[in-house]
Amino acid sequence: MVTFFSIAVDAVAYGMALFIICIGLSLMMGLMRVVNLAHGAFAMIGGYLASYATMQLGFGYFAGIALAVLGTTLIALPLEPLLYRRIYGKPELMQVLMTVGIAFAAIGIVNYLMGPTLKTIPLPPILATPVDLGFRSIAGHRLFVIASGVVVVAALWIAIEYTTLGVKLRAAIEKPDMARALGVRTSAYFLGCYVVATALAAFGGAVGAEFLPIEPFHALRYIVTFLVVVSVGGAGSILGSLFACLLLGAIDVTGRYLMPDFGNFFFYLCVIVVIFAYPNGLMGRAR
Amino acid sequence: MTMRHTPLSDAARGAWPAYKRDAVGILVVLAGGIAGYFLFPDSLALLTRIVSIALLVLSLDLVVGFCGVATLGHAALYGIGAYAAGIVCLRAGITDPFLLVLIGAAAGAVAGIVMGAVLLRTHGLPQLVLSIAFVQLVQEGANKASAYTGGSDGLAGMMPAPIFGVFAFDLWGRSAYLFAIFLLVVVLMILAIVARSPFAMLCRGAKEDPVRVEALGVAIRPELLRMYAISGAIAGVGGALGMLATQVVGLDGVSFELSANSLVMLALGGVGSLYGALGGTVVFMMVEHMVAAINPFHWMTVIGGLMIGVVLVAPRGLAGAVDDIKRRSETRR
Repeated sequence: MVTFFSIAVDAVAYGMALFIICIGLSLMMGLMRVVNLAHGAFAMIGGYLASYATMQLGFGYFAGIALAVLGTTLIALPLEPLLYRRIYGKPELMQVLMTVGIAFAAIGIVNYLMGPTLKTIPLPPILATPVDLGFRSIAGHRLFVIASGVVVVAALWIAIEYTTLGVKLRAAIEKPDMARALGVRTSAYFLGCYVVATALAAFGGAVGAEFLPIEPFHALRYIVTFLVVVSVGGAGSILGSLFACLLLGAIDVTGRYLMPDFGNFFFYLCVIVVIFAYPNGLMGRAR
Repeated sequence: MTMRHTPLSDAARGAWPAYKRDAVGILVVLAGGIAGYFLFPDSLALLTRIVSIALLVLSLDLVVGFCGVATLGHAALYGIGAYAAGIVCLRAGITDPFLLVLIGAAAGAVAGIVMGAVLLRTHGLPQLVLSIAFVQLVQEGANKASAYTGGSDGLAGMMPAPIFGVFAFDLWGRSAYLFAIFLLVVVLMILAIVARSPFAMLCRGAKEDPVRVEALGVAIRPELLRMYAISGAIAGVGGALGMLATQVVGLDGVSFELSANSLVMLALGGVGSLYGALGGTVVFMMVEHMVAAINPFHWMTVIGGLMIGVVLVAPRGLAGAVDDIKRRSETRR
């Protein structure tokens, strides 16, 4: 029972960290139809900035994360008009080429600037101590990750379901041509969506550093997992992504605890089976 | 993906007959290969590796350029060919290099059919993710089946017999390199025939407009599967060649990284063009060799910049750029 509880907490926390990173990618793929393999690079940059701000500049944990999100957004902002705008609506191959190129370049530059070693973000005392829930205590950091995930879900949910902006965004995802014909400036949303996606990636990269360690190859190592989440959940679907993150997080963590030798094997087998059965994702719509 | 340099448009422009152009192209490759033997006698191992990877990229071109499949997992077929040849060489005692290459091709073809059956169910992003999951699954499988594959240590100790019983695979890699050039020329000849065949045109048609081709009464999936089998066979030849040349098979042969790199080489050279695939491989691996010698991480930055540059400046790759220059000079005349 104790094992079950600790596995469950770890799985949910890991799933939430995945979700914070992946939801941006999912929105970009759903709205902009861009296969953005550089998404992991932005998560990595967020992690590095948070580590640098806390370790070298002496900021606190929360201030460091805020700086990381801000810094990553500033770094990513010029890339949209310079690079991303050229690949909207282009074949997947071109998008893959461009975004893998960005990820490669990010790996090279980050390694040159920060070195190949693993970077850490020291936890503040409030997150490093276990929190007593009455019947069981749980690591404060895990709780923080889960809470962050819940906040992100709620914020996105409200923004997309209950605001005019969200209505137009959904329209642009579902039927881009019709939305344009009705006067929705879909291209104007692209930049906004891109900024939100990278900011969330940076946030997730910094918060989830305990699960996805920060080192130069972070940019490509986890992009496979992110892509899997998006395609299992269905591109552009918040609930689908959340569900996929929790499911895949559970499979991954449980597999690692119970069958450390075969964890990845079953993970990829599940992925193939799910995509084979649901090509548009569990909650995606047929195009 | 637009495909402006189809064989038909070449013929329509009054170019040379197709077979003549192919013959010249293959002769140029042969001459270049032999020149490499005399010009760079100290880096024959690198040149052999380039040929081996070039076979992978050529086979990738068949599914990407001819069938429009989006795949980041093609190295699975290359690695399966390498493992099959290596395991047979170690366990069954078959050491004849030609036979080992055929075994690699057969294993690659079977794996290609399986992979095609999985991938051809979907398009776009799900297909891309399926291909990644496929190559990761194969890699995990190879890692776990360490009794056969050596796991993460890799497979070593293969002793292939000399070619024709005379030319041994020596330390300098001379016979391995000449064997590689021989295989490359044979594969190019086969591909030249395949690429001009009605079957390949049908695949291209299915890629451009599947609905229309189906309306013509063609079942598309079996045709694309057939192309996947051919592609797998060629990737398997490349893998077997890599095994023969280095006498080592490692997990990196079935990796996502190699798959992604081969796609980059293909896009760099030009999708849908056989000589583009070849040129892209040579340019990519030469740049890698030179820059990585200075600092392996600068290499990542340089190749990343190169990939971004290709998309921005030459979206149809080197072959497309050459085509454009040719066309411009023709209109000027």
